[in-house]
Amino acid sequence: MAFDKLNSSDFKYIGTRPDRPDGVDKVTGRANYGADAYAAGMLHGAMVRSPHAHARIIRIDGSRALALAGVKAVVTRADFAEDVEGEYWNVLDNVMAGERALYHGHAVAAVAATSSLIAREAVALVDVEYEVLPHVTDVDEAMQPDAPVIREGQVSTSVPAGLSPNVVGYYEHGHGDLDAGFAEADLIIERHFTVEAAHQGYIEPHACLAQLGPDGRGELWCCTQGQWFDQKFCAALLGIETSALKVTASEIGGGFGGKTTQFIEPVALALSRKTNRPVKVVMNRSEVFKASGPTSSSSMDVKIGMTNDGRISAAQGTYRLQGGAFPGAWAMLTAQCAFAPYQINHVKTTGYDVMCNRPKVAAYRAPGSPIAAFSTESVIDELCNRLRLDPMEVRLKNAAREGTRSSYGPIYPKIGLVDCLEAAKAHPHWTSPLKEGHGRGISCGFWFNFGMETSVNLMLSEDGSIQITVGTPDIGGSRASIALMAAEELGIPYENIRVNIADTASLGFNEMSHGSRVTFACGLATVEAARDATDKLCARAAAKWGISEEAVKWRDGCAIPAGSNAGEFDPLPIEEIAGRMGRTGGPISGHHSVTPDGAGPSFAVHIVDSEVDPETGKTEITRYTVVQDAGRAIHPSYVEGQYQGGAAQGIGWALNEEYIYDEQGRLQNDGFLDYRIPVASDLPMIDTVIVETPNPGHPYGVRGVGETSICPPLAAIANSVSNAAGVRLTHLPMSPPRILKAMKERLG
Amino acid sequence: MSRIHVTARVNGDKVEFLCDPRETLLDVLRDNLGLTGTKEGCGTGDCGACSVTVDGRLICSCLMLGAEAEGKEIGTVEGIANGEELHPLQVKFIEHAALQCGICTPGILVAAKNLLEHNPAPSETEVRYWLAGNLCRCTGYDKIIRAVLDTAAEIRAAN
Ligand code: FES
Ligand code: FES
Repeated sequence: MAFDKLNSSDFKYIGTRPDRPDGVDKVTGRANYGADAYAAGMLHGAMVRSPHAHARIIRIDGSRALALAGVKAVVTRADFAEDVEGEYWNVLDNVMAGERALYHGHAVAAVAATSSLIAREAVALVDVEYEVLPHVTDVDEAMQPDAPVIREGQVSTSVPAGLSPNVVGYYEHGHGDLDAGFAEADLIIERHFTVEAAHQGYIEPHACLAQLGPDGRGELWCCTQGQWFDQKFCAALLGIETSALKVTASEIGGGFGGKTTQFIEPVALALSRKTNRPVKVVMNRSEVFKASGPTSSSSMDVKIGMTNDGRISAAQGTYRLQGGAFPGAWAMLTAQCAFAPYQINHVKTTGYDVMCNRPKVAAYRAPGSPIAAFSTESVIDELCNRLRLDPMEVRLKNAAREGTRSSYGPIYPKIGLVDCLEAAKAHPHWTSPLKEGHGRGISCGFWFNFGMETSVNLMLSEDGSIQITVGTPDIGGSRASIALMAAEELGIPYENIRVNIADTASLGFNEMSHGSRVTFACGLATVEAARDATDKLCARAAAKWGISEEAVKWRDGCAIPAGSNAGEFDPLPIEEIAGRMGRTGGPISGHHSVTPDGAGPSFAVHIVDSEVDPETGKTEITRYTVVQDAGRAIHPSYVEGQYQGGAAQGIGWALNEEYIYDEQGRLQNDGFLDYRIPVASDLPMIDTVIVETPNPGHPYGVRGVGETSICPPLAAIANSVSNAAGVRLTHLPMSPPRILKAMKERLG
Repeated sequence: MSRIHVTARVNGDKVEFLCDPRETLLDVLRDNLGLTGTKEGCGTGDCGACSVTVDGRLICSCLMLGAEAEGKEIGTVEGIANGEELHPLQVKFIEHAALQCGICTPGILVAAKNLLEHNPAPSETEVRYWLAGNLCRCTGYDKIIRAVLDTAAEIRAAN
C-alpha cells in the first residue's frame, strides 16, 4: 500500500509531538548562532556604507583609517575577483559597490581592526568622495522612459520594446480568451493596488567568522539557509576554488528567505585574506534593514469578471515589482500565483521586474504570492459583496482541484484546496456571530513548494543507534521531523536518532532550507537512505540465517523472515546486527542523493476578525484561524508553529510594516522602533487546523508547510477591515494614518 | 581609552573584568565573559533578545554599560537551570514547541521567569504585555504564551 493511502493512525512516530533534539541547547543558551563564534587572534570587520541613494564613487581613501592604532586592513572592490558574471556579478556588486553606490546603505569599503569599537571608529575615517546622481525608489516611476537608469544592458530578451532600461524582466502566463471570458461576466471589477516593501525581520542579524589564508584555503562560519551556496558564491567572488572553502552553518536565528544570499561573508573573507587573520563581521540592525534583502514593493492592476451565480468568468492581472538595484524581483512568481487557487477558463497575467535605487531584494516566505493574493482576493471579495454572494461559497465554487489547469500552466495533481475550504466552512470561527463593529474576512493562498538537490547520509552505530547527516540548516524544528521519519522507517525509538547538520566538506551538495522543501525533500531522502540501510541490515540477517536476501524483511527495528516459506527464525534486532557488523561485512550506512520533482502544491484558507478604532485608525485582530493542507504533518506542533508564524508575519505586513524613503532616497525607519513588527500584545491566539491531503510525491505524503501560511493574511485582513470599517484599502500596509484617512474620506 | 575594572556577580558567581567605558553589559557578557546565551538582535533596546536581570530587575543588557555592573547581581539564561535540572519554563518551552529558530528564546525565558517571580498567576493579557518588549519573528507568540501560562499553572499546583 502506498504511504499516501495510509491514515495517521497507521503511524507509530509520525504525527506525534516529541521534544525537539536541539531543545535543551536552545533553552539554555548553549546553541551557537552566527555571532557566537570566536577565534584566537580574531579581528573585527565593519562596513563603510553609502549615505546616498545613487552616487558615483570618485575616490576611496583609507589612509586615515589605517593610521588608527589597531586597524589592520581596508578593502574595497579592488580586493575581489574581476572576472565574475551573471548572478555572481550581481551579488558581488551588491556586497561591495564598484563604480557606483546604488542605494542608501550600499557597502563601498570595509575595515578590519583588533576590536569592534576600533573598527567602528575606523569606518568614520575612511574618506569616500561621491558624485551624487539622480535616483528613483518608486517602482512606477522607475518604469518611466525618463527615469534615472540604474544600469544599462540588464534587459532580458522577453521585455517588450519601448520601456525604461530599468524594466529587466517580463513574464506572461495564462490561457483562454479574455474578451470572451469578460463578455460572460455579469459584473466586472478592476482595481489598482500598491504594497510597500517589507523586511523578513529575522531577529538574528547576519554574522560570520571567516578565515582565508595566503594558500587560498579557507573556512567560513555563518548563519545561513544554505551553506553550499555561500561556498559557491564566496569562492567565486574571492577567485578561489569552491572546494578550497569549507562553510559551516551555525544555528540560524530566523531567515524566511533573507539568509539565502551573501552580504558580509565575502567581505569578511577578503579582510581575512588581506590580514591573514580570522575576521568576524556582525551586522547591526540598521545595516540589516538598509542593506539586507527586503521584499519588492509593488504596483498591481487586477480585473475580474463574475457571473451572477458567482462563477469567475475571466481574470487578468498586471504586476510590477522592483527588485532593488539588480535584476531578480519575483514578478514571475506573483504572476504565477495570482489566480492559482481558482479554476478559470480565461485568465492572463503579466509581470514586470524593475530595478531602482533600493537594496537588492531577497526572498521572503513565498516571494510574490502574498501580494498576488492581496490583489486577487480583494477584488473577489468586492465582487461577492456587490453580487450579495457568500464569499466562502464563491471560493468553493471556483476552487481548483485535481485535474484543473492552473493559471500558471500545469494540471494539478491531487491538491487540498477544497478540503481546506470545507474545513474552514465547518470551523466554529466561520459561523460564530460577529460583535458590533467587528468585521470578518477570508482569503485563500497558494504556494508551489519545492524539491531540489538533496543528499542524506545515515550511519549505524555499534549499539544500534543512528546518526543522520543532512545539509539543511534547522530553521524551525527540522531535526525533529527528520528524526521522526527515520524512526518510522527504521522502527527504532526517536530518541535513538541524532540528526546533524553537515558542513560543505562532509556531505554531497544540498539546496538551501527554503521553498518549504526541507521536510519534503530532505525527508524523502532520509526515508530512502533508511531503506538503503535496512536492505543491508536484512542482507546480514539473511547471511546469518543462510537464506536469500529477498526472504528477509524489516519490521519494527528487526530483521524477520519475509513469509512462512522463509523458515522459522527469531527477529534479529538492529542492535544485534550492529554489534557484529564489523565481523559480518563491515560498517553499515545508508545514503541517498536525489532531486525530487514531486513537491505538492499547498493551499490555505485564513479567517480573520478585526476591529478598527475610529479615533486612531488602529486595527485590532480579534480572532484568527489558519486552515492549511500539510499533506502530512510529521511533527504537528511545528506545523502549527509555521502556520502561526506565517500568519503573524502577514499581520505585520498588512497593518504596519513598510520601508519608508525620504526625498533623497534614504531609508527613514531602519530600526525595530520605527519598522514595527508584531509584538505579543498585538496578537490574539492563532487557531490552526491541519488538513492532510497527502502528496503522492512523498513516501509519507508531505507537502511542505513553511510558506503558504503568509499568502492569505494580507488579503484576509484587508477584507476583514473593509467589513469592519466600511473602507477598502488598496494600499498596504493599512497603517493607522492610511485607515484614518480612508475613513475620513468616506465620511466626506 | 583606559579600561575600567569591574567586580560583579553573574548567575551567582563572582566575576571580574576590564571593560572599555563604551562597552555595553551585553558586550561584556558575550565577548569578555563568554556567556553568549544572551543575544543581540538590535543593540537599541527594541527587541529584548539581550534581556537579563540586574539585581532582580529585567533590563535590556544592550542599554546598560558594562562599567555600571559594578557590585551588581546579574542573571542570564545560562543561570536559569538549576544544575542539570531545567527550570520548568525551559521544560515547557520545549514541550509546547514555543521556539522555532530559538534566537529570541534566551531573552524570553529570562523575561518570563522574572514575570512569574513577580506574578505567579498572570492572565494571558498580562503575559502578552510583559513580553511585549521581546520580539519573536517565528512563532506568532501563541505557543510562547501558552508555555508561560502552563508553567505558571504547574508551579502554582506544585506549591
Ligand atoms: S539587543 Fe538589546 S533590545 Fe535588542
Ligand atoms: S523562535 Fe525565532 S525569533 Fe522567536
